[in-house]
Amino acid sequence: MKWQKSYIAAAVLLGAAAVAQAAPVKIGMVTTLSTPGGYLGDDIRKGFLLAIDHGGGKLGGVEVEVLVEDDGLNPGTARQTVTRMIQRDGVKLMTGVVFSNVAMATVPQALKEGVFYISPNAGPAALAGERCHENYFNVAYQNDNFDEAMGQYVSDQGIDNVYLLAPNYPAGRDHLAGFKRYYKGKVAAEVYTQLNQTDFAAEIANIRAAKPGAVFFFLPGGMGINFTKQYAQAGLSESIPLFGPAFSFDNTLVNAVGEAALGIMNSAQWSADLDNAANKRFVADYTKKYGQAPTLYAAQGYDTAQLIGSALAATKGDLSKPDEFRAALRAAKFDSVRGDFRFGNNHHPIQDIYVRKVVRGDDGKLTNVVVAKVFDDHQDAYAAECSLK
Amino acid sequence: MQLFLEQMLNGLQFGVTLLLMASGLTLVFGIMNLINLAHGSLFMIGAYVGATVVARSGSFFLGLICGMGAAAIAGMVMEVAIMRRLYRRDHLDQVLATFGLILFFNELVRMVWGRQPIAMSTPAWLSGSVEIIPGIPYPEFRLAVIVVGALVIGLLYLLIMRTRLGMWIRAGASDRETIGALGVNIRLLYTLVFGLGACLAGLAGVMAAPFLAVQSGMGENILILTFVVIVIGGIGSIKGAVAGALLIGVADTLGRVYLPPLAALWLPPAAASNLGTSLASMLIYLVMAAVLAVRPQGLFGGAHGS
Amino acid sequence: MARDFGFNRATVATAVLLIGLALVPAFAALFDNPFLVTMVNRALIFALAAVALDFIMGYGRMVSFGHAAFFGLGAYTVGILSTHAAQDLPLIFGWTGTNEALLAWLLAMLLSGLYALIVGLISLRTSGVYFIMITLAFAQLVFFAFVSLSQYGGEDGLALWGRNTLAGIGLDHRVGFYYLCFGLLLAVWYLLHRLVRSRFGRVIQGSRQHELRMRALGYNPFPYKLTAFVISGALTGLAGALLANNNEFVDPSLTSWMQSGNFLVIVLLGGLCSLVGPIYGALALLLMEEVLIAMTEHWQIILGPVLILVVLFFRGGIFGVLSAGGGRHD
Repeated sequence: MKWQKSYIAAAVLLGAAAVAQAAPVKIGMVTTLSTPGGYLGDDIRKGFLLAIDHGGGKLGGVEVEVLVEDDGLNPGTARQTVTRMIQRDGVKLMTGVVFSNVAMATVPQALKEGVFYISPNAGPAALAGERCHENYFNVAYQNDNFDEAMGQYVSDQGIDNVYLLAPNYPAGRDHLAGFKRYYKGKVAAEVYTQLNQTDFAAEIANIRAAKPGAVFFFLPGGMGINFTKQYAQAGLSESIPLFGPAFSFDNTLVNAVGEAALGIMNSAQWSADLDNAANKRFVADYTKKYGQAPTLYAAQGYDTAQLIGSALAATKGDLSKPDEFRAALRAAKFDSVRGDFRFGNNHHPIQDIYVRKVVRGDDGKLTNVVVAKVFDDHQDAYAAECSLK
Repeated sequence: MQLFLEQMLNGLQFGVTLLLMASGLTLVFGIMNLINLAHGSLFMIGAYVGATVVARSGSFFLGLICGMGAAAIAGMVMEVAIMRRLYRRDHLDQVLATFGLILFFNELVRMVWGRQPIAMSTPAWLSGSVEIIPGIPYPEFRLAVIVVGALVIGLLYLLIMRTRLGMWIRAGASDRETIGALGVNIRLLYTLVFGLGACLAGLAGVMAAPFLAVQSGMGENILILTFVVIVIGGIGSIKGAVAGALLIGVADTLGRVYLPPLAALWLPPAAASNLGTSLASMLIYLVMAAVLAVRPQGLFGGAHGS
Repeated sequence: MARDFGFNRATVATAVLLIGLALVPAFAALFDNPFLVTMVNRALIFALAAVALDFIMGYGRMVSFGHAAFFGLGAYTVGILSTHAAQDLPLIFGWTGTNEALLAWLLAMLLSGLYALIVGLISLRTSGVYFIMITLAFAQLVFFAFVSLSQYGGEDGLALWGRNTLAGIGLDHRVGFYYLCFGLLLAVWYLLHRLVRSRFGRVIQGSRQHELRMRALGYNPFPYKLTAFVISGALTGLAGALLANNNEFVDPSLTSWMQSGNFLVIVLLGGLCSLVGPIYGALALLLMEEVLIAMTEHWQIILGPVLILVVLFFRGGIFGVLSAGGGRHD
C-alpha cells in the first residue's frame, strides 16, 4: 500500500508540474506611477493585485504573470513600453491605462497588433464612439458618465442656475457637455481655466459676483485641490454649494483638501458603502492589506482583474482563440463591487450611477457616502456611433 | 468697479506669491550667476515638511520654521555637494544638473511621503475674512501672504543694502577675487547665500501649502512662472523681481477674467471662449517676449546673465 | 600615446556607431527581437533633433530651451494634414490635407522654420540666461496653443489614421522605415558637418568666442546666427514629422518644457559640439530609460543623479570619453 500512496503523490506532483509548465498568461499593465497622478495607477494596481490574492494567486484559476511598468504620464514613453511588451514579451492582454491622452496613444496601436486592451480608467469619447473596437473593453466608465448623473441630480434638486468651471482642453469641454446633456436649468456662466492653474482667486471672485445657485466643476487632481481649498478660504462653501464628478473627490484627494471638502456632493459608479457582498469583502480586505481605504480607482482595478479572471476561467487561459475570449469578456460574468454591471454594444459599462457626499468617517478620516442613486443601468451617449452591435 | 478692485487685489496677491519664490531665485541668480531649476524642489520640500509638522504639532509657526529650516538645509547640502562646482560653468551645465535634481527630489518625495497629495489646513486664526473693499470679504490668509511678501522684500533690501554681509554679497557679485583677498571666506559666504535663497523658497512653500495642492512636482508649475518673473524684471535685481512679479500677477489675473468676454465681442460664443482662454494662458509669455524684445536685459537688468 | 590617436579614436567612434546602427535590423532578425528596431528607431529620431540642436548650441552657443516647439510643430503638421486627408475634410481653401510624406514633411520643415525665424528674430537680441528663458517662453506659447486646439484633440492628443506614404509607398514596413530615418539622420549629419566647416560655420563659431572681433572684421553675426537657428528649427521639425509617423500619434507633451529639457540632456550626455555625440546621447538616454523603467518604478531617483554625475565629471559626454580629449572644446 505504501508504494501505491507515494505513486499517487508522485502523479499529483507530476500533474502539478504539468500545469505549472503551461506558461502563465502574461498581463501587461502599463500605468501611471510617477508624476502627481501616480497614485491613480498605484491604486489600480493595488486593487488588481488584491483580486489575484482572492483568486489564490491566480485569476479564474489560471496562473497569471503581471508585468507592471510606469508610463510617466507621457504618451510617447507609454507607447514604447506597450510596443515592447507586445513585440518582445509576447503579451496578448494589456491593461493599466489611467489617462485619456495615454489611452489615445497606446490603445489603437495595441489593437492593431491584435492585442486585447482592457481600460481600468480612461474612457475617452473617441474609443466609445467612432473608434470603438471589438478587442477594446472599458471596465470603468465613459468619461462623461459622472457628469451626466450630476446634471440630472442638480436638476432634480430644483437648482436652476449653475456656474460651470473646467480646464480649457477638450476633456474639460466634454465633461461640461456631459453635465449639460441632463441639466435642464440655466447656465450662469461657463468658464474655462488654464491647464495646471494654481491660483483661482479671480474665478472665485467672479463666482461670488454672479451669485449662482451652485457651482459644478471638473478640475482633476491638483487643480481640484487648489480650487476647493481656495473656495473654502473665500468663505463661499456655505452659500454656494459645490458639485462635481468624483475625480476631485476620491478618498485620497478629500483627505488632502481636508476640512474644506466636507459636504461636497460628487457622482460616481462606486462607493465604499455600496451594499453588496463583493464590495464588503473588497473594502474589508483592501483596508486590511494596504492599511488605507480603497478609492474608486482601486475598485476599478479590482473589477478589471475580476473581469479578466472570468474570461480566463471560461477559456481555461487559452488566448489563442480570440473569438472565444472576446465572447467571455463581453459576457462579463463576475460579481462587480458595483453590483449591477454589463457591457453595452461598444464594450463600455451599462451601470448605476450614484451621488455621494463627503463626510467624516468613524476613523476620523474623510470619506464618501451614497446619498442617492441617480441613474439605473445608464449607458453612455456615444454607443450609437460605435459600429459594433 | 468693486469687482475690478477685487480682481486687482487678487492679481496683486498672486504676484506676491510669485515674488516669494522669485526673491530667493533672483538672489542666487544675481550673486552666483547660477541658474537653478531645482528651486521649485526646495519650494516643495518646504511645503511637505511644513504640512507634516503642522499636521503633527498643530502649530502653524512651528511648521513655518521647520519648513524654512528643512529647505535651507537641503539647499546648503545641495550647494556644497553640487552647485559650487557649477559656478564657473556654462548655464547649460547648470540647467542640466539642476534638471537632474528635479527628477531626484520628485521621486524622493514620492518615496518618503507616498504618491498621494497631503493635507495642510489654513491656521484657524487666519481662516476668516476681512472686508477691506466694502461688501467683499477677502480671505485673511491671502492678506497674510501679502504682508509676509512685503516683509521679506523689505528685510532682503535692508540686508543687502545696509549690512556688512550685504556689502560682501554685493562685492562678491561683482568681483570674486577682491572679496577673497579681503579675507572673507567666499565659499562659506556663497553657501550661506544659497541657504538663504533656499530658505525663502521654503517660506514660499509653507505659505502656499494652505491654498495649493501639496504634491510631488508642485514646484514645477510655479517655477516657470517664477523664471518669467525674474527674466522680465532683470536677473539679479530685487527691484526687478518686485516689478516682474506684480506685472505677471496682475496681467495673468486680469487676462483670465477679461480676455474671454473681450473675445466674445467679435466672435461667436464657443470660438470666443476658446480663443479668449487660450490667449489668457499665453498672455504672460507674450508679455515676456514683448518686454525682452524692447529691453533684452529685462526691466531692471544690469550686466548679469550674459 | 593616447593623444596621438585622438583624431583616429574619434573617427573610429563615429564609424563604429554608424556601422552598428546600420546592422541593427540584422541583429534584431538574428535574435528574433523586432522590438530592438522599434526602440533604436525612436532613438534615431530624437538623435536627429539633438544633432540639429547641437549645431546651434555647440557651435554657436545658442542654448535653446525651447526646441520642443519646433519638434511639436513638425509633428502636428503631419498629424493635422493626415487627419484631414483620411477624413476628406477641407483644411484651407478647400484643400483636404495630404498623406504624402514628400509634401507633408516639407511643410513641417517650412512651418517650424518659419516659427524659428520669428523666435530667432526676437530672442537672438538677447543672450545667456535671457536667451534660454525666452526660447522657453516661445515653446510654452506653442504648448498652450496645442492644448486648446479642440478640433485636433487638444491635451488628449491626436491619433493618426496611419503612417504617411512616401512617393506612394506606405511607411508601415518596420525595417524600411528604420532605414529611411537612418538615411535622413546621415544626410542631416553630413549637411551640418559640411556647414560647420564652411565659411558660414566659421563665422558662427567665431561669433561664439569673439563677437566683437567678428564685428571688427566686418561681419555682423546676427544674420548668420539667425540662419543657423532657422536651419536648426526646420530640421527639428523634420524630426517631429518622423516621430509623428513613428508613434502614429501627436500630443502637446511633445512641446512641453520637459521635452526641451530632454533634448538638452541628449546633447550633453552624448557630447556637445561634435554632431556625432548627440546620436550616442539619444541612444544612451532612451536605453537607460528603458532599462531603468523595467528595473524599478522609482527610476527617476537613479536617472536624476546620473545626469548630475555626467555634468560634473564627464564634460565631453560619451563621445568625449570615446574619443579621449575630443568632443567639447570650450
